Amino acid sequence: MGVVTFTMDDVQYSANEGDTILKVARDNGVHIPTLCFLEGLSPVGACRLCLVEIEGSPKLFPACTTKPAEGMIVRTQTERLKKYRKMIVELLASEGNHQCAVCVVNGHCELQDLAYEVGLDHVRFPYLYPAKTLDASHKEFVIDRNRCVLCTRCVRVCHEVEGAHVWDIANRGINCEIIADMNTPWGESDLCTSCGKCVRVCPVGALLEKGATVGELKKERGFVKVIVTARSKHEWITVEDHEEE
Amino acid sequence: MKPRVATVWLGGCSGCHMSFLDLDERLIELADKMELVYSPIADIKEFPHNVDVTLVEGAITNSENEEYAHIIRKRSKFIVAFGDCATTGNVTAMRNRFTPDEILKRSYIELAEKNPQIPNDYTTLAQLLKKARPLHEVIKVDAWLHGCPPTADQIWFAMTSLLEGKIPVLPPAYLRYG
Ligand code: SF4
Ligand code: SF4
Ligand code: SF4
Ligand code: FES
Repeated sequence: MGVVTFTMDDVQYSANEGDTILKVARDNGVHIPTLCFLEGLSPVGACRLCLVEIEGSPKLFPACTTKPAEGMIVRTQTERLKKYRKMIVELLASEGNHQCAVCVVNGHCELQDLAYEVGLDHVRFPYLYPAKTLDASHKEFVIDRNRCVLCTRCVRVCHEVEGAHVWDIANRGINCEIIADMNTPWGESDLCTSCGKCVRVCPVGALLEKGATVGELKKERGFVKVIVTARSKHEWITVEDHEEE
Repeated sequence: MKPRVATVWLGGCSGCHMSFLDLDERLIELADKMELVYSPIADIKEFPHNVDVTLVEGAITNSENEEYAHIIRKRSKFIVAFGDCATTGNVTAMRNRFTPDEILKRSYIELAEKNPQIPNDYTTLAQLLKKARPLHEVIKVDAWLHGCPPTADQIWFAMTSLLEGKIPVLPPAYLRYG
């Protein structure tokens, strides 16, 4: 495998061919904020929080999908990047309905963590208060679209890891939303195995377990440790590997 | 002269003011350093002039809140959005996906045990605005104190820096929603 050498924040790194800037950063303790990226799922470059500057280009590049090239000079913490990252969090906050005080993941939420990281003391864009829906038809889980940040982690984990492909994105732009099984109630989905992987990977309180109350839900990101099998239709058996914990 | 301080309760649950009282014995120290010129915990009818610092709890959710916010702005030098409802709309804004008529009907007709009737005497009652909004969408705000409610320590930090004439720049540990 080839090796490339490049510079990130004035330090030289060598990367294996195929590694992304984010991977090299993480392996070397350089912090770049992310939201849609999750180790084990294909990167999609959707949230733009991991944007970095590359010398010689006026464009910004998502670190989670960009591979370093020989001699590349990358910057991860410039004032311009900080400004945009803060704006992204402000847009995410104003385009959903986030009331942390009454949210299941209050205190364990990746959007809250990002808000604190970018120093979000208030949102400068007008809040949209969109009329989003909630679907509680599944016997174990709920999707509350009010808190969805459209990271598509649920879509990818269900398709790529569980192989069920329940979730998709409907509509465009500001009207985008996550739908189950070509827009049927989640509880009626024949594809869903109830494995719970989507709930585990959701960075916010949009996918949750029934019965969880305020601040109670801590997501266990080890989604690959769950295997689901069935003896007959909708009779799912979940096997969880606890050994490493 | 001691700084003139006011606290106001708009579209919130009074939880932020309760948290203020949680300052406990530190309230005595605070009372020495400032003059409380207006507050729901003091019996003063009209919002006074020449206020140095005003803490505003709650979102702007009805016509009275909105009128008041403008009066407060004119008469205060420095305004702090006090708590999550004032900062983001928070729980007060959860009603925003419904129209005021739908909400009134639900509360006063559908859920009424006796005498279902929508209050309509708007000479004495404030009218719900179409949407509840954070304070800074209505008037200029100078600083934000988050939390639902902000903790006594957060309030203490902000108050002590304000009384020293400094703009409270909250350390990251005090940046906390919910
Ligand atoms: S998902 Fe996160 S940011 Fe949204 S309400 Fe819940 S805790 Fe707050
Ligand atoms: S529970 Fe599993 S199968 Fe069902 S939607 Fe979520 S990830 Fe897909
Ligand atoms: S439901 Fe959760 S995991 Fe799925 S897109 Fe929304 S925020 Fe992301
Ligand atoms: S983490 Fe790279 S774009 Fe979302």
